[in-house]
Amino acid sequence: MSKPAKQQSEDEDPSFLRRIFGNQLIWSVVAFLALILVCTLVDHSFLSLSYNPRTGGLAGPLITMIQESARYLMIATGMTLVISTSGIDLSVGSVMAVAGAAAMQMLINGVNVWMAILISLAVGLVLGCINGALVSILGLQPFITTLIMMLAGRGLAKVITNGQNADASGVAGSGPLRWMANGFILGIPANFVIAVIIVCLVGLLMRKTAAGMMIESVGINQEASRMTGIKPRRILFLVYAISGLLAAVAGLFATASVMRVDVVKTGQDLEMYAILAVVIGGTSLLGGKFSLLGSAFGAVIIAMIRKTIITLGIDSAATPAFFAVVVIIICVMQAPKVHNAVAEFKRRRAMRQSAEVVA
Amino acid sequence: MTKEEPLVSMKGISIEFPGVKALDNVDLRLFPGEVHALMGENGAGKSTMIKALTGVYKINAGTITVNGQNRIFNGTADAQNAGIATVYQEVNLCTNLSVGENVMLGHEVRGHLGINWRKTHEAAKTYLAQMGLTDLDPHTPLNEISIAMQQLVAIARAMVIDAKVLILDEPTSSLDANEVQDLFQIMRKVRDRGIAILFVSHFLDQVYEIADRMTILRNGKFVEETMVKDMPRDVLITKMIGKNADELSLIGTKSRKETPQAATDRPLASVRGFGRKGSIYPFDMDLFKGKIMGLAGLLGSGRTEIGRLLFGADKPDKGTYTFDGKKISIDSPATALKNRIAYSTENRRDEGIIGDLTVRENIILALQATRGMFRPIPRKEADRIVDKYIKELNVRPADPDRLIKNLSGGNQQKVLLARWLATDPELLILDEPTRGIDIGAKAEIQQTVLDLAAQGMSVVFISSELDEVVRLSDQITVLKDRHKIDLMDNDDTVSQQTIVEDIANTSVSGQSQGKEER
Repeated sequence: MSKPAKQQSEDEDPSFLRRIFGNQLIWSVVAFLALILVCTLVDHSFLSLSYNPRTGGLAGPLITMIQESARYLMIATGMTLVISTSGIDLSVGSVMAVAGAAAMQMLINGVNVWMAILISLAVGLVLGCINGALVSILGLQPFITTLIMMLAGRGLAKVITNGQNADASGVAGSGPLRWMANGFILGIPANFVIAVIIVCLVGLLMRKTAAGMMIESVGINQEASRMTGIKPRRILFLVYAISGLLAAVAGLFATASVMRVDVVKTGQDLEMYAILAVVIGGTSLLGGKFSLLGSAFGAVIIAMIRKTIITLGIDSAATPAFFAVVVIIICVMQAPKVHNAVAEFKRRRAMRQSAEVVA
Repeated sequence: MTKEEPLVSMKGISIEFPGVKALDNVDLRLFPGEVHALMGENGAGKSTMIKALTGVYKINAGTITVNGQNRIFNGTADAQNAGIATVYQEVNLCTNLSVGENVMLGHEVRGHLGINWRKTHEAAKTYLAQMGLTDLDPHTPLNEISIAMQQLVAIARAMVIDAKVLILDEPTSSLDANEVQDLFQIMRKVRDRGIAILFVSHFLDQVYEIADRMTILRNGKFVEETMVKDMPRDVLITKMIGKNADELSLIGTKSRKETPQAATDRPLASVRGFGRKGSIYPFDMDLFKGKIMGLAGLLGSGRTEIGRLLFGADKPDKGTYTFDGKKISIDSPATALKNRIAYSTENRRDEGIIGDLTVRENIILALQATRGMFRPIPRKEADRIVDKYIKELNVRPADPDRLIKNLSGGNQQKVLLARWLATDPELLILDEPTRGIDIGAKAEIQQTVLDLAAQGMSVVFISSELDEVVRLSDQITVLKDRHKIDLMDNDDTVSQQTIVEDIANTSVSGQSQGKEER
């Protein structure tokens, strides 16, 4: 019974790219390619890749770009799930700082590096669970709850490091953590590979179990979901917990690359990047259907925009404006109204042409 | 009167929704100083016609003429500007404002320093007095007066905005006999001022009492316009039901019914002194396998509240619940579903469908929830279940990948029914399963309910349409003002009329409160 329907939908959008990325994402792809083009025009060696035998990895502008994108991939994935329940997690940047601070301080205090990683992840998970508990059990508004966590997190990071920017670069035995941020797997940055694996794992968790469907259901209609026997509170708790945990991974990536936590700047503004990545990826801020692939692509685009800013040498005062313009262009191109207008234009042109043929 | 030009003339109105032709070439004429009854079964297109006249829906074909001028309504504001005022079943006033503020909203008396509230309330009092509501203080907050009074306030408001047409959509469905008489008195006053009234009611007696002219609709089509006094009741009923009379009468005839279960048989579910403060007074109920328990009562009588309580959508604060011989405590829909109790809500849009999910996902959602998040239903099994119910319940279009929000009401209802059947319930509570859906789908759903009971399911059937309850139920629980007032074995002595009389003649505050409250 489902066969003819499927064929029909394939007939409707025959383009291969569209089938893979969905209607909306095609513009993200276009924007991504456009940014690469602009960068290549300015810096002719932008696409060049070289092998660095000392690090055992590839080197080049694109490589540093995907290295940076790893942290965005993490927080954007968590943010996607939260936004799908029609919530928001403003605390991911601060949680990054807290998790990073915990890891660095543990190393300075002589804790084993694996233990330090574990504790750092646990800290992120706990903060996420606190968000989840406040939102799901007490029914607080996600915006307020996570805004408070965003402010409290910075304070917590300072408490952990006694107000210092904890620097663990001199600590011996921190190799695994350094490798996580700066190492390579088969020539590709390790943190990017780890991030992609984690995104895939989350994707499998969402789509191979019923978690994804239930998260979407709660995001679309919480009361109707409750009536089907879903427990919305558990779902809400789960997504904030996952978001906290993934933010901790992002915090490790961010701090381990320099083995130093900056309690003010680590993760600063990154909650906004995460939200933008989700929006570019085509998940509605009103909740409901989500696309992890889309958000992952959005995260890479965010990294690409930042790389473009550096490549073009845009004045630091003007970077937010440049960032905003690119994101706005992508969002406008994806907007259903624009799509409809374009489709209408094409239809009219086709009709005019066929009329001319008849004439 | 008939020689006059019609105030409103709707000609050849057609409205289409995806998959349904809601109105097909329908005419309607409203004359000044006349009460015009719009007649038809549920799904005949009455409310669609009203929504066309009030600008809620855009018409696909046809013309609307008001006062000789051709009008195109692009929104409710256009209709209001043309002088068309509506009083809906559930009144659309601001309950947080006072009576006077509601009456005068947008027409407040202004002084030098903005609104002069004293004069505004005085003006409101004058308008209310014209309606005969001399006792009503305009300063009273609206939420402190009864629904019946609120409707009268809404009519007073229509006078303030100088409406030429007043639409009353099921105004009497939740009123008692005295309140209906008050309403009719005011309707006559309004009519005598030359206003055209469009009246919709399920109660034939009321139509014959108040209406001058009627238009009969069936299945979205125009049947006839006639003066009420020229139309005998039996002819009217035949015209309203039309050829579908045969179709419907086949479903659930009383001869089918065996004698109700003997009292010694163990009920599948049994509640004692079950209740919740502010929603339903404590009641007893026994539900048997293979039997349909109908709940009859007016809007707000506690029908839905019983359904929600039995399903755990609301938590009971009194009483015991025995299911299959075991005492259970149902505190959420999830636990109810674990005990194989399912409830299909009357509020399809807000509590039923998950609009942006597909038909497939909507069907398997409840079954998935009972299994838990991490034990996904294998794709093959899901396809089998979905295909089975799409075929059995005749869901159209038969496309499991379509978003449920794009289906017609009747098909959404079938998908929801499929969702609950997929959980293989022993007790199925259906709250208004046939509301607002076309007559074909309605007949299909009624037949399904009977089949399910024949297969041994215990069904609680809640409907505002008494004839449906009488045709389908084995036993009928009668409710009034949040009290259970009667339990009837549905034999030949029971008809819509006996239930209506039962509701009308039973005084709740007197006997049943003393009897049932423990």
